[in-house]
Amino acid sequence: MDWQWLIGRMNLSYLPHEPITMGAAVGMPLTLVAIAAALTYFKKWGYLWREWITTVDAKRIGIMYGSVALIMLARGVFDALMIRSQTAVGGPGGSQLFNTDTYQQVFTSHGVIMIFFVAMGLMFALFNIAVPLMIGTRDVAFPFLNAVSFWLFFAGMILVNGSLIFGGFSIGGWLGYPPLTELQYSPGPGVDYWIWSLQVAGIGSLLSGINFFVTILKNRAPGMTFMRMPIFVWSVLVTTVLMMIAFPILTGSLALLSLDRLMGMHFFTSMGGGNPMMYVNLIWAWGHPEVYILVMPAFGIYSEIVATFSRKKLFGYKTMVIALIAIMFFSFIVWQHHFFTMGSGADVNAFFGIMTMIIAIPTGVKVFNWLFTMYRGRITFASPMIWFMCFAVTFTIGGVTGVLLAVPAIDFQVHNTLFLVAHFHNVIIGGVVFGYIAAITYWFPKMFGFHLHEGLGKAAAYFWQVGFLLSFMPLYALGLMGAVRRLDNYSDPSWIPFFIVSAVGVVVVGIGIACQLLQIAYSIWKRKELHATSDPWDGRTLEWSVPSPAPFYNYAIIPEVSRVDEWWYQKQEGVKAPKDSDYKDIVLPKNTSFGFVIGMTAFVGSGALIWHIWWLVVVSFIAIVVMIIMRTMDDFTEYTIPAAEVMRMDKEARA
Amino acid sequence: MLVACTVIALVTLGYLLVHSAHFDVLQPAGAVAKSEKSLLIFAFSIMMLVVIPVFIMLAVFGWKYRAGNDKKIDYRPEWHEHKLLEAIWWGIPIIIILILATTTWITAHTLDPYRRLDSKAAPVNVQVIAVQWKWLFIYPDLGVASVNELPVPVNTPIHFTISADAPMSAFWIPALGTQIYAMNGMSSQLNLIADHVGAFPGYNTNINGEGYAKMKFNVYSKIDKDFSSWVESARKSPNMMDEQMLQKISQPSTMDGTSYMLMDNNLYNKVIMKYMKGTASDKDNSTTSMQHDMSNMEGM
Amino acid sequence: MSESAEMIAKRDKVQLGFWLYLMTDCMLFTSLFATYMILRNSTNGGPGGSELFSMGFVLVETLILLTSSYVCGLANLAIHNGRKKEFVVYLGATIALGIAFLTMELTEFGKLIGEGHTPQTSAFLSAFFTLVGTHGLHIAIGLIWASVLIWALYRQGRQEDILRKFSLFAVFWHFLDVVWIFIFTIVYAMGVK
Repeated sequence: MDWQWLIGRMNLSYLPHEPITMGAAVGMPLTLVAIAAALTYFKKWGYLWREWITTVDAKRIGIMYGSVALIMLARGVFDALMIRSQTAVGGPGGSQLFNTDTYQQVFTSHGVIMIFFVAMGLMFALFNIAVPLMIGTRDVAFPFLNAVSFWLFFAGMILVNGSLIFGGFSIGGWLGYPPLTELQYSPGPGVDYWIWSLQVAGIGSLLSGINFFVTILKNRAPGMTFMRMPIFVWSVLVTTVLMMIAFPILTGSLALLSLDRLMGMHFFTSMGGGNPMMYVNLIWAWGHPEVYILVMPAFGIYSEIVATFSRKKLFGYKTMVIALIAIMFFSFIVWQHHFFTMGSGADVNAFFGIMTMIIAIPTGVKVFNWLFTMYRGRITFASPMIWFMCFAVTFTIGGVTGVLLAVPAIDFQVHNTLFLVAHFHNVIIGGVVFGYIAAITYWFPKMFGFHLHEGLGKAAAYFWQVGFLLSFMPLYALGLMGAVRRLDNYSDPSWIPFFIVSAVGVVVVGIGIACQLLQIAYSIWKRKELHATSDPWDGRTLEWSVPSPAPFYNYAIIPEVSRVDEWWYQKQEGVKAPKDSDYKDIVLPKNTSFGFVIGMTAFVGSGALIWHIWWLVVVSFIAIVVMIIMRTMDDFTEYTIPAAEVMRMDKEARA
Repeated sequence: MLVACTVIALVTLGYLLVHSAHFDVLQPAGAVAKSEKSLLIFAFSIMMLVVIPVFIMLAVFGWKYRAGNDKKIDYRPEWHEHKLLEAIWWGIPIIIILILATTTWITAHTLDPYRRLDSKAAPVNVQVIAVQWKWLFIYPDLGVASVNELPVPVNTPIHFTISADAPMSAFWIPALGTQIYAMNGMSSQLNLIADHVGAFPGYNTNINGEGYAKMKFNVYSKIDKDFSSWVESARKSPNMMDEQMLQKISQPSTMDGTSYMLMDNNLYNKVIMKYMKGTASDKDNSTTSMQHDMSNMEGM
Repeated sequence: MSESAEMIAKRDKVQLGFWLYLMTDCMLFTSLFATYMILRNSTNGGPGGSELFSMGFVLVETLILLTSSYVCGLANLAIHNGRKKEFVVYLGATIALGIAFLTMELTEFGKLIGEGHTPQTSAFLSAFFTLVGTHGLHIAIGLIWASVLIWALYRQGRQEDILRKFSLFAVFWHFLDVVWIFIFTIVYAMGVK
C-alpha cells in the first residue's frame, strides 16, 4: 500500500549534507533536549506552563518576544560571521569554506532572521513592556490576541530554524524575487519554508498592529489626551498605522507566490504570462513601510531617553509628533526607489526619488530637536545615553548615503552593490538596533527589579560601534569599487583587505554581543547588588511611578493625567499617597492555552504546506477555525481581584 | 580618551585601505559614469552643510552639558521651544532638498539609460542576453557575437538592448555607468560610452541562482583599428552562434569568454518572444517598460 | 439587563478592532485587484474575459448577494427590537442566499475548469480565480460565522452578546457586498467590454 500521501514529499534526502548545517541540525535538537532535561530536573514544567506559555500579560509576552529575539540575534550574527569569513577568503586563488548553495541560504536566512525575528521581535517586546505602563493602563486592548500574535511569531521562528534541520532554506535573498523563487528555478522546500515563516509571523504582526492601535486609542489613563502621551507612544501609534496598511500587502504577495508554487498558477512565473515586476512592486510596497515600522519606535525611544537623561523637557513635542506623522505618510509613496534600475522611466524614477529625499527633512528635524533637548540640560551619560550618541553619529552617516541612493542617477551606479548593503545596515544598526538595546537597558529594571551592569553595557556599546564601523565602512568602499552584493567569491585581489577588515568587524560586534550576554548573566547573578528602585533613572513618564518589578496588574490605582511628563511634575509637587478608598476591584484576563495551541497548529499547518502533506493542512485549518469558535463562545475569560486584596498587594510592594 | 584613540586608529586604517585602491565608480572611464560621479560628489557635499554642524553640536553639547560640568551649565529644564532655531533647521534642509530635488529631476532625465548619447560617432548596437550564468553579447549589425567578452570601439556610443533567458538579472559596467535589469520577456535599453582604451569589469547585480558570482564579464574598449580586427576574426571563427548554440549556452553553467560568428540575426527577438507569448504584448501598452519595449522593437 | 461601563467599553474596543481588521482586509483585496488589473490581458494566447464571462449569470449572482445583504439588514432590525424568532428567520435567509451565491460561483468555476480554462492556464486566469475565489472564501467564512451565531443564540440566548457579535457579522457581510460590487465592475463589466 502506498503510504507516501501520509508524509507528502518528505524523504531522508532532505537532511543536510554540509558540515556546518549538519552541526546545527544536531546541535539545535540537542540543546532543546538539554533544556527539557533541566526543566524536568528542576521540576519547572508547571511553572513554565502557568507563568509563561499560557500567559496573556503583556509584560510577560514582551519578555518572551525579547528572549526569542536575542537568541535569534546570536544566530543572525553567526550567519554574518559565516558570510564575512567566506568573503575574506573568497578572493582570487582563495577557497570556499562551504559551498555556494549553503552560502546563499545563509545570507537569505541572515536577512530574514534579522528583520522578522530580531528587529520585529525586539520591537514587539518593547511595545508590550512599555506601552501599557506608559499610558497608565493594565494591559493591551486584546490580551488573548496578543498571546496569539506571540505564538505565531514563535511558529515562524521554528520554521526558519527547522529548515536547517530538514529541507534547507531559500536561496533567493530575504525578499525572494521570482522567477528565481518559482518552481522552475527553486523546486525544493527552501522557498516554501521562507514563504510560510514570513506569512505566519506576518499575520502575528498584523494582529499586533491592530491590538496596539486600539490599546493606545482606548486604554489611555483618564486625562491623557493625545498631546499628553509620551512621544514613544506616539511613535508606536504611527507604527501601528503603517503595520495595518502594509502587512496585508505582504500577506497578499506571499499568498500569490505560494499559489504559483503550490497550485502551478502564473502570477510571477516566466511563462504563462506571469509578471515578476508585479511581485517586486507588491513586496516593496510592504517592504518600505516595514523599515519605517522598525525605525520609528526607535525614534520614540530616543526621545524618551534624551529627555530623561538630560533631565530636561523634550524640545518641540508638537513638531516631533508632526515629524512622525509626516514620515509615516511619506513612507507609503516611496517604494519604487528600491528598483530605480528596473526601467520605469525618468518621470517615475524622479518622482519617487524626490518623495524619498523629502523624508530627510522631518528626520533631520528630529535630530535637531534631540540636540536641543541636550542643550542646557544636565546630561548623565548612562549607557542608554551612550547608545543615543552612537546612534546620532551612525544613523546620520546612514541617512546621508540614503539621500545619495534616493537620487536615481546615483543609484544607477550603486544599486545592489555593497554600498547599498552598507547603507541599510548603517541605518538599521545605528537606528533600530542601538535604539532597541538602549530601550532594553532603560526598561530592564522596570521589568525585573534590578539593573543590567553598567560597565558591561558601556563596553558593549563601544564594541558595537567600533565593530559596526569596521564591518560596514569598507563595504561602502567596496561598492564603489564595483563589488556587488551576495557574492561568495570574486576575482579582484584589491578587494581582499577590505573584506578582511569587514570580517574583523563582525568579530568585534560579536565581542559586543558577548559583553551583552555576559551582562545579562552577571546581572542576574549579582541582582541583589544591582537592585533597582521603582524610579532608578529619575524618569519623567508614568511607568516609573509603579514598583520595580512592575506588578502583574501594573497600576493598583489607575493614575489621572493632566500634562505631558505627568510623573516628573508630580514628583516636584510631592507625590500624594493613595487613600484606602481609592482602591477598586480589578478585572484581569485569565491565562489560556489557546494562544500557544493556535500558534503550534499554525506551525504544523505550515509544515504541512511546505511538505505537501495535504490531509494535515486540512486538519490544521479546521482545528484553528474550531479553536477560534470555541474561544468566542467562552464567556468566562476574566477574573476579579477584590479591592482589599489590591490594597494589600500594593502596600506590600511599596514597603 | 578611549574614543579619541579609537577614532584616530580607525581613520588611519581607513586611509591605509583606501589610498591605493581603485574605485571604478569614482574613477570613471566614460561620460555617463563621469556625470554620475559628479552628481554623487555634489549631493554628498551639499549634505555636509547640515551633517558637519550636527556632529559638532553633538560633541559640544555632550561635553558642555554633562552633569559633571555643573558650574558652567545654564540649566533650563523647561526650555523646549525656539521659533527662530526651528525655522533654521526646517528651512535649511528644505532648501537643500529643493536643490537636490531639482537636480534629481534633471539628472533622472539626462541620465535616463534609455536616452541616446550626444556624440558625433555612429552608435554600435549590442544585444545583451543574460543566461545562467554568463552573458551573451550579439552585434546584429556586425554579424558577430561573444560570450562574457564585450569589445567596443572607444569614444563610440554603445546602444544596448538587454533581455534575459534566466531569472531577473542586471547588467552593470561600473567604470562606464548605469546598471539596468535584464528580465525575460522584457527589453531594457542602455546607452554608454568609453572615453579611453582599456579593460573594464562588468557584473550581474541581481542574484539569479547558484552561479551568480561567476557572471562577471569584461569590456574591452579598443581603437577603431583593433575593434575592426576583432570583428574580422570573430566572423572567421569556427564557433557559430545560432539557435542551437544559444540553447546550449543557456544551460545552467559557467564558461570562458568566446567569440562567435553570428548566424541568426533574430536570436534576441526569439528570446523575448519565447516569454512574451503569454503577456499583454499586443493589447496592453499601459506600463512604461512595455512602451520602452515597443520602441525597441521598432528599432530592430 | 443594562450593560456595565466595562462591557460598553469592551464592546467599543472590539468594534474598533474589527473595523481596523476590515481595513486590513481592504488592503489585501486592493493588492489582489491591482494584480488582477496588471495581469488581465496576460491570457497566454488563450481567451480573455470577454470570451469567458457570462453577464447574465453574474447579474443573477449579484442580485442574490445584494438581497442577502438586505435580508441581513432585516435581521439587524429584528434583533435590535428583541424579536428573536424573526432574527433567526432572516439570518437563516441570509445564509441560504449566501449558499446560493457560492453554489453559482462554484458552478462558474467548475464550468471554466471543465472547459480547460484553469488557474494554471494563464496569469489572467490565475488572477481571476484568486481574486474572485478569495472573495468566495470570505463569504464561506461569513456563512460559518452566521451559523455559529444562530447556534450561540440557542445555546445561551443573551441578547446583548448576540447583538454585539451579530453587528460585527453584519458589517463584515456588507463589506463583502462592497467588494463584490468592485469585482462585478472591474472583473466582469470591464472584462466583457
